[in-house]
Amino acid sequence: MAKGAINPRSAGRKVERPANAFKTLLRILKYMLPYKIQLIFVVAAVFGAAISRVAVTYLLKPAVNIYIVPMIGRQDPDLSGFSRLVLIMTLIAGIGVLCTYLFNRLMLNVVTGTMRQVRVDMFTHMQRLPIKFFDTHTHGSVMSLYTNDVDTLREMISMSLPHMLLSLTTVVSIFIMMIVLSPLLTVLVIVVLMLMLITIRCVASKSSKYFSKQQQALSVVNGYIEEMAEGTKVVKVFCREEKVKQKFRECNETLFHQASNANTFANILMPIIGNLSYLLFAATSMLGGYLAVIGRVDLGTIAAFLQYTRNFSMPVSQISMQLNAILSALAGAERIFKFLDEPVESDYGYVGLVNAEISKDGTIAEVPYRTGKWAWKHPHHDKTLSYTPLKGDVVFEHVVFGYEPEKIVLNDISLEAKAGQKIAFVGSTGAGKTTITNLINRFYDLRHGKIRYDGININKIKKDDLRRSLSMVLQDTHLFTGTVMENIRYGKLDATDEEVYHAAKLANADSFISSLPQGYDTVLTADGVNLSQGQRQLIAIARAAIANPPVLILDEATSSIDTRTEALIEQGMNTLMKGRTVFVIAHRLSTVRNADKIVVLEHGKIIETGTHDELIKLKKRYYQLYTGLFELS
Amino acid sequence: MYFKLLTYLGRFKKQAILAPLAVIGEVALEIYIPFLMAKIIDTGIAQRDISFIVRTGLLMIGAAIVSLLCGAAGARLAAVASAGFAMQIRNAVFGKIQDFSFYNIDRFSTASLITRLTTDITFIQNAFMMVLRALVRSPIMLVCATMMAVRINADLSIVFFVAIPFLGISLAVMSTMAHKHFLKMFSKYDAMNSSIQEMLIAVRVVKAFVREKFENKKFNDSATDLRDAQKRAEKIVIFNMPLMNFSMEACLICIVWFGGNFIIQGKMQTGELFSFLTYIGMILTSLMMISFVFIGIVISQASIRRIYEVLNETPDIADTGKDGLDLKDGSVVFDNVSFSYSKKAENLTLKNVSFRIESGQTVGIIGATGSSKTTLVQLIPRLYDVFSGRVVVGGHDVREYHLPVLRSAVSMVLQNNLLFSGTIAENLRWGDETASDLEVRQMTQAAQADDFVLNFPDGYNTVLGQGGVNVSGGQKQRLCIARALLRKPKILILDDSTSAVDTATDRKIREAFKNQLKETTKIIIAQRVSSIMDADKIIVLDQGEISGIGTHEELMKTNAIYKDVFMSQQKGVA
Repeated sequence: MAKGAINPRSAGRKVERPANAFKTLLRILKYMLPYKIQLIFVVAAVFGAAISRVAVTYLLKPAVNIYIVPMIGRQDPDLSGFSRLVLIMTLIAGIGVLCTYLFNRLMLNVVTGTMRQVRVDMFTHMQRLPIKFFDTHTHGSVMSLYTNDVDTLREMISMSLPHMLLSLTTVVSIFIMMIVLSPLLTVLVIVVLMLMLITIRCVASKSSKYFSKQQQALSVVNGYIEEMAEGTKVVKVFCREEKVKQKFRECNETLFHQASNANTFANILMPIIGNLSYLLFAATSMLGGYLAVIGRVDLGTIAAFLQYTRNFSMPVSQISMQLNAILSALAGAERIFKFLDEPVESDYGYVGLVNAEISKDGTIAEVPYRTGKWAWKHPHHDKTLSYTPLKGDVVFEHVVFGYEPEKIVLNDISLEAKAGQKIAFVGSTGAGKTTITNLINRFYDLRHGKIRYDGININKIKKDDLRRSLSMVLQDTHLFTGTVMENIRYGKLDATDEEVYHAAKLANADSFISSLPQGYDTVLTADGVNLSQGQRQLIAIARAAIANPPVLILDEATSSIDTRTEALIEQGMNTLMKGRTVFVIAHRLSTVRNADKIVVLEHGKIIETGTHDELIKLKKRYYQLYTGLFELS
Repeated sequence: MYFKLLTYLGRFKKQAILAPLAVIGEVALEIYIPFLMAKIIDTGIAQRDISFIVRTGLLMIGAAIVSLLCGAAGARLAAVASAGFAMQIRNAVFGKIQDFSFYNIDRFSTASLITRLTTDITFIQNAFMMVLRALVRSPIMLVCATMMAVRINADLSIVFFVAIPFLGISLAVMSTMAHKHFLKMFSKYDAMNSSIQEMLIAVRVVKAFVREKFENKKFNDSATDLRDAQKRAEKIVIFNMPLMNFSMEACLICIVWFGGNFIIQGKMQTGELFSFLTYIGMILTSLMMISFVFIGIVISQASIRRIYEVLNETPDIADTGKDGLDLKDGSVVFDNVSFSYSKKAENLTLKNVSFRIESGQTVGIIGATGSSKTTLVQLIPRLYDVFSGRVVVGGHDVREYHLPVLRSAVSMVLQNNLLFSGTIAENLRWGDETASDLEVRQMTQAAQADDFVLNFPDGYNTVLGQGGVNVSGGQKQRLCIARALLRKPKILILDDSTSAVDTATDRKIREAFKNQLKETTKIIIAQRVSSIMDADKIIVLDQGEISGIGTHEELMKTNAIYKDVFMSQQKGVA
């Protein structure tokens, strides 16, 4: 009913075609399966609503023929039959109204429940996707699944599907009643109906062509807006305002032409269908009048028939409009299902991490409570178990890796980090430093070679347990919306307040946190914008510290931190590193000097390894980097 | 607010006026048709006058065709008018943003400006189209159809006078009740979306800490919240359809009963009853449409307000320049300058800064993050106006020059600089559109960018993506310097513009400046002392105040901050 009156987005949306509409529809229905009883009632109520409408109109015929026309002019008309009929009409109409409410109300349950389930499934699935997925998909495209596609799907399920059913039932039952009333007048209806359908098809195909053109023009304009909004300051510095305005006016003019064409065809459908239905109305009156004069139909039939022709065009135009909406929604649903079908991170690990009690003679026993000591629990084929203490030895054996099949990023990397050692990676952007650290925690899987953690191939370790045994401080520190306390606790969910304070002190973050207006209860907004870069880094260090893992991966802070904060961070990092195996990605060479091993990477290969003094003596790439003869970009 | 916006219609005024007229024509004819139908029945059939039936029938068909043409014309005109209206507003807003000063830009976030120019204007465009068609069509339809009904039979039309207020009031009550729940729903929706966004940004953190289940639980809660909020809001809205049905059926039944009785009593004719039945649909649907249009207008209100925020923002830097005045040299004098971003005396970012730079000198500026280095240099090309004091450039106060004159003489490389989509050569020519290929290459050579540009397969014709994404940080900085050099400025300002360039290349760039830009005043902000050590003058800033001015040697003796920074950096660099 008057649907589509307000949908601001539809003007900018082009009609898409799903690849396999039927399969997608089935899958959507599967999602609605938990509500099957309610859905049965919905279908019944829709039928009830449509049929009652048609029935009330049909009763116009006997009303006119039997109770009104014969009574005209009677001195003492008998109204009892008439009033009975009106009562019946009222009853049927009442049932219709009730049915209308019922299916709307039930659909609300079905739709909101189904949408919740779709969203939760999407989110849960997203959590299990490999990092690779996030590398190859922009945030915008994933967000658009949650917003645009889920929204159109919701609109389809809540509006289009029941209305489509309602319209179809109405059209079919009106059609049947028309044949019953007058086959001759029905022929006229069929002719006009054909005319309507042809027009709709014609307009719709033109409309979708112009809409895709509008879409193109719109993306040009939006792209330009985005670029210039980002670059306004540069534009001003170069006094390019007038040039930029001129170019914008040109893009905008193109958009205007495409938009007015696209909207013309979108607008024109309603008046055309509406007026064709008046045409039908006029033709029916004329033909009906003629037939009445020659005595082929009676007045009551004309009354009901005229009413039907008016009620006919609305559902026809509804069907045509809903069809486009349904097709776009199915295309969106297809994208959602494709996302849900993305393969999740594979995990064939069976070695787990357990709390352990280590007795003096070195035997390890698994215990159900936290001891602060951990062991790898290794089940064997013969159903026996063995335990290895968690130490933090990491060994790379001839590791080969590439993000894409044809491009090798790391080639034949072998290196050993003993528990408690500090290993630093040095090299230009793209040399593969970050990639190496992402292999240790199995964000990506190796192509060849092995990585062993405490002697166990990391592929055999359960991913969650492997990651629990590592802690990372990333270059782009991400904090979550929530209090400082919650953010630090993210490293260990069951940490006490005392533990949080302790970790913050360890990371040198306590003093600045205490000086915040609400201290540890200060709420950080999205991405912690109310803190400086350095302060965010300190909180991230505290978060890593509270997790207390034996292996630590540090992606060093960027250059935009001033020297004072940098000194604080360095102190925090140093306390954190004590007694742990540490992999540092160094951007500043001053921080790698005390590393046990410096690994210089170039184009995915290790070209030099050694301590600072050894490498300086070597006088090769590290020496050049260190003395500033070579650019690190 | 709405009417003021209409002044942006400009050359689309004609369409905006004609569209409603076409719609009025359409409506008038549509209402005329059932009236003719009644005549066919009451005159034609009753008097068995076939020629009357045919004549009137043809008139009806003619009316339907003309009405169709009017409708189509209205559709086209409304589409053109609203698309044109949107274009004009977009131009106005975009143009306004270009006229903004840095102060104005800082007040709006980039994301919010983008939303205003895209989503908000689309909302307004759709609302306007609806106003042109539905808001004209529905009330006229409502009034005319009701008038027709009264004319046919005043007693029977009382049905409508009961139904219209009933439906109208119910719709109004419903939408006000729903509105508040919808607002709540939207905020839940936003909350859920921002948690998804956060998850996308932080996916590595979540995975590294194995917090998938924790995040799932949080999301589950917010999805459930959203479902409940949505149910609460829509529970009210779903009364819409049954209510409409109820009104329609009630009118139909009343008209059949009372109308039937009138006919029996001879007060009315059968055909008139039929036309009454047709008017039910017309009247009640228009009422429904009116309520939709009002909801649409209410929704667009927020967008209109946001557009006005931009349009009403006055650029705080006005071009107060005198004609014909040009910078005579590259000298810069700060005379007791104070500055505040919030324009309040208690919130000063720069406090009483005074210094003098001679034309052609190289000056370094150093200080911790937040010491207002960037603020200081932005006053020179008048990107902001001083709070008090005077900035004198090339012999005159900056406020005495026309902005383009001043800004083309003062070339500045911003801290977070941008390249635009287009080829490298196009980007460089932002500095000087008429520059020859040779000049472009000379400047890129000076900025030490020529070598790597030539190493790209397409050289200077390499196409850069939006924001210059396909060059490294150091390369981008050097291209930005080359672009600034092409302006052949009297004063060149580098705001931490070589932070991603290695020390050796940094040195080469400075040497090129020394040899090729003898006349140009060079002001360099740097984090690295090594970048400015050999400057003629170094200004040390500390929390918006000058802590010391002098050469490297002088400052090492007299300035503790400078010495500290120098020592801490020496530690790293052997």
